[in-house]
Formats: sequence, structure tokens, C-alpha cells
Amino acid sequence: MAKRIEVSGLNVYYGDFKAVEDVSMTIEPRSVTAFIGPSGCGKSTYLRTLNRMHEVIPGARVEGKVLLDQQDLYATGVDPVAVRRVVGMVFQRPNPFPTMSIFDNVASGLKLNGVKDRKKLTEVVEASLKGANLWNEVKDRLDKPGAGLSGGQQQRLCIARAIAVEPEVILMDEPCSALDPISTLAIEDLIEKLKDKFTVVIVTHNMQQAARVSDQTAFFNLAATGKPGRLIEMAATKQIFSNPTEKATEDYITGRFG
Amino acid sequence: MTAIVENKPAYDGKELDLSGKSGARAFKNVLATVLIVAAFVIALIPLIWILWTVVSKGYHLLLSADWWSQSQRGVTVRREGGGAYHAIMGTLIMALITAVIAVPIAVLGAVYLVEYGKGTKAARAVSFMVDILTGVPSIVAALFIYAVWITIFGFNRVGFAVSLALVLLMLPVVLRSTEEMLKLVPDELREASYALGVPKWKTILKVVVPTAFGGIVTGVMLGLARVMGETAPLLILVGYSKNINLNPFDGFMGALPTMINQDRTELALQPAADRVWSAALTLILLVLALNLLARLVARFSTIKSK
Repeated sequence: MAKRIEVSGLNVYYGDFKAVEDVSMTIEPRSVTAFIGPSGCGKSTYLRTLNRMHEVIPGARVEGKVLLDQQDLYATGVDPVAVRRVVGMVFQRPNPFPTMSIFDNVASGLKLNGVKDRKKLTEVVEASLKGANLWNEVKDRLDKPGAGLSGGQQQRLCIARAIAVEPEVILMDEPCSALDPISTLAIEDLIEKLKDKFTVVIVTHNMQQAARVSDQTAFFNLAATGKPGRLIEMAATKQIFSNPTEKATEDYITGRFG
Repeated sequence: MTAIVENKPAYDGKELDLSGKSGARAFKNVLATVLIVAAFVIALIPLIWILWTVVSKGYHLLLSADWWSQSQRGVTVRREGGGAYHAIMGTLIMALITAVIAVPIAVLGAVYLVEYGKGTKAARAVSFMVDILTGVPSIVAALFIYAVWITIFGFNRVGFAVSLALVLLMLPVVLRSTEEMLKLVPDELREASYALGVPKWKTILKVVVPTAFGGIVTGVMLGLARVMGETAPLLILVGYSKNINLNPFDGFMGALPTMINQDRTELALQPAADRVWSAALTLILLVLALNLLARLVARFSTIKSK
């Protein structure tokens, strides 16, 4: 598992509006890549193009290439549903399925894709909950509703649900912004662990978080409101936070704007 | 860290007015409270009045087993006796057929409007038609089915024709309520499902509809409650029969609204008046029972929270 993502010349549009312009980057497998930048700079929009999730919004389209180990995700004949099976996603707000138990939430990806073998499901659910550092907290109440857990537990449940389908890449869209510091710490520990198996991409507003969890950091910015967002700089996290090449990056991480 | 408060500023001596409601505001508050409570009580009066009248005048016939097992066969307006079995079964059979036809169309229509057609011309057209259908009086629906079923196709007046007319009345109610329920399902759940590589149709079937299930069932119940009390389609599309007829494709059929209508003209006669009130109470109880049943179904179909 875990694949390299190579993006070249990517533009993202919502109808006529260009939201993200000319992004090219390489995301290394088995590493954590963080996207930082001010609100509205297109980092979430861009993240959603990596598993073709932006297409859910009517009028959204993309120009350019996204290669997953040399396979173009936007080539003709590629099914976005198949793409999302290999590139999973965790969202800003925890969103467990309210009608399902903890067990069914984790098993949902497999069940909804036709896996019925109870033994396999039980194994995957246990492994995924352990992988998401949640097993010990919920192992005695797997049949209880997922929505009954605390916010931080729900988010780890969502991560367990995402890794249960064994994707190559996991995209995280501000996964800690709705959580308290202790839950955030639990998720950060988990991200550290996830990169052993997966390629992890995380969007965050919290620069300390980017510095703590990521290996590479990409800084996005936009020239002005109404202008498209651009990738300003991407480098090893250490370098971005100690010695960025671009002035804009330095201003942002030192808190002089944004 | 204790040194932070060294230069504690002096109190500025001005006292803030924290005394709360002024006289005018307190008066407005009382006035609004009185109006709201009064509106609630006024709305409640006719409801309790109807319930009280129907229950007190209708309950005693319901206590006999005959009421639930006998028809009105051979019972004249002046005589006591007989039951409402024929009418209860007629109402249930016609309502069931109506639901079997209307619910799938309504739910699928609502799924189209919310999940697929959003913002398209076709969806706007469907939505507009549903609005028109909502406003169609029951007698117009009945006459339309009369024109199609009897005038054009030459069939007889039977229970099934009533069901067809009732479908026209139930469809918009269920479709609109289902649509509202589906809209309430947050997009985050749909995205969570897509992100697992689940196709759209399966997301709708296994995530969206189950999440909205309780609300959809409530909508179906509202629709059923509406059509079970409809009288015009019964009068026009099937004759009232005092005998038990369980076949919706042949012959006249009893139904609770037409049973009420049957004896309505003879209210001066005690046996007839008793039957009118009892039939009305039975209809209310029937709707209530279906409602409770639906709530149970909705409860058992979702997993129990702690």
C-alpha cells in the first residue's frame, strides 16, 4: 500500500470561477504532507481533487494531471467511485453514519461494496479500530450507535472507517478543527502511526500541527479575494518553518498576515 | 506569574444599570405570553370538543364484539345491531392498495428531486406539478378517475378505482414530506459514503434513505390518514354496500366514511345516530392505530441509542 501522487499543471474551476491555479507537486508515499494557507486559498478544494470528490459539487471541473503511481486519475474511462476506493478521506466534522452501530460504521465501506463474510468483517473492524487507536475504548459496545461517542472518538471512528477499506492514500480535511486539544493530540499520534502504511495528506489551519505531524509542507495563498489560489512553496517541513524561500511563506508562518 | 496584576486599575466609580426589565418590556412580555397561551388554548378547544363528542357518543357500540365482526347486512336504519366489519375492511383494503401504489412513486420521485434532478428544468417541472396536485380537490381526482376508469375503459365502479383516485391525493403529500426529510440528511453523510468508494445509488439506498426513514414513515402516515377519511371518491367510484366484500375488483364496497354518510340522513333515529358516531370513532382509532404501528416500525428499524 501507499502510492506516490504527482500533480502537474492543475487548475480547478467552479463553473467559470477559477478556484485554484497551476498547482504541481509530488507527494511522497508513506509520509505526511501538510497543506497550510489562509482561509479561501483553495487548499481544501485542491485536496478534494485528489480523490475526485470536488465533482460532487455541480459545475466543478479540473484541468491538468493527477498521477497516482503513473496512473492518471482524470484519464477518460476512470471511474471516480473506483478512485475513491483507493484514495480515502476524513472530513472536518466527524460524520459517522447515524443509523449504524460502531461496528457497522467501520464495516460500512466493505459492506456497501458487497463484502458479506462475517468473519472477515469482524477481523477488519478490529484491526481498523486498533489502527485508529479506538479499540480499547469501544470494544465492549460495538453494537451501540456511532453517534453516541464523543467528538474525538467519532473522528477516530471516521478514520477507522476510512482505513477499513485499505486505501493507498488518506486525505484529511482539517480533521482536528472541531476537536479539543486532547482529542487533537490523539489524532496527531494516530497520523504519525498511519504514515507507516499510507500516504497521508492533511489540510490544517494550525501551523503547530503542521510542524508537529508533517514531513513536507505546502503553503497555498491567493493574491486577492476573487483571484485563484496558488501553491507558493513546498518543501520539507523543517525548511518551511525555519528557512522558507518565499517572503509570503515567512510572513504567514510568523503570523504577519493571514 | 502572580505579578501580572501589579498595576490594577482603580474602579471608575460608575455603577452600571443591571436592574433588568423596564416596565414597558415587562408588560410586552406578559402580553405576548398571554396571546401565545390563548392561541394554543383556542386551537385546542375544537380538537378536544370533537374528541369528547365522538368518544362519548360513539364508544358504547365499540364495546360489543359484533361491531368488529359483523356487517350491516339486513340492518335497517330503525334497527339496532350489526357492525362495521365490512366498512373497516373496505377502508383498510382501499388504503392499503393506495399506499402500495403511491408510496414507491412518491419516494422515488422525492429521491429524484433531491438527489438527481436538483436545479434541473425537469425537476422544477415535476415540483410544480406536485404543487398543483396538492391543490386538487378530492372530488376532481375522483371525477378524473371516473372519466378514465369508467367512461374511457368501461370498467365498473369498484374499490380499486377509489384507490386510484386516492393515489392522486396521497402522492403529493408523501412526496413533499419525503423530499423535506431527504433534504435534512446532511451532505457530509453522502460525502462520507462517496469517500469510501460507495456508488451514488448505494449511498442513497443504504445511507440517505435509512437516515431519513423515520420521517418518511411519518409522511406516509400523514398521507394515509388523509386518504382514509376521503368521502368524495367513495361516493363517485364505488357504491356503498352493507355486505362484506373483500374484493376490490368486483362489486360495491363498504367504507367508514360512506357508512357515516349512509346513516347521516336519519340522525333523528337513535340506532342510526349511534352508528354514525361509532363509525366516526372507529375511523379515528384506525388512523391512530396505524400511526402507532408506524412509530414502532420506525423505532425498531433504527438502532437503539444508549
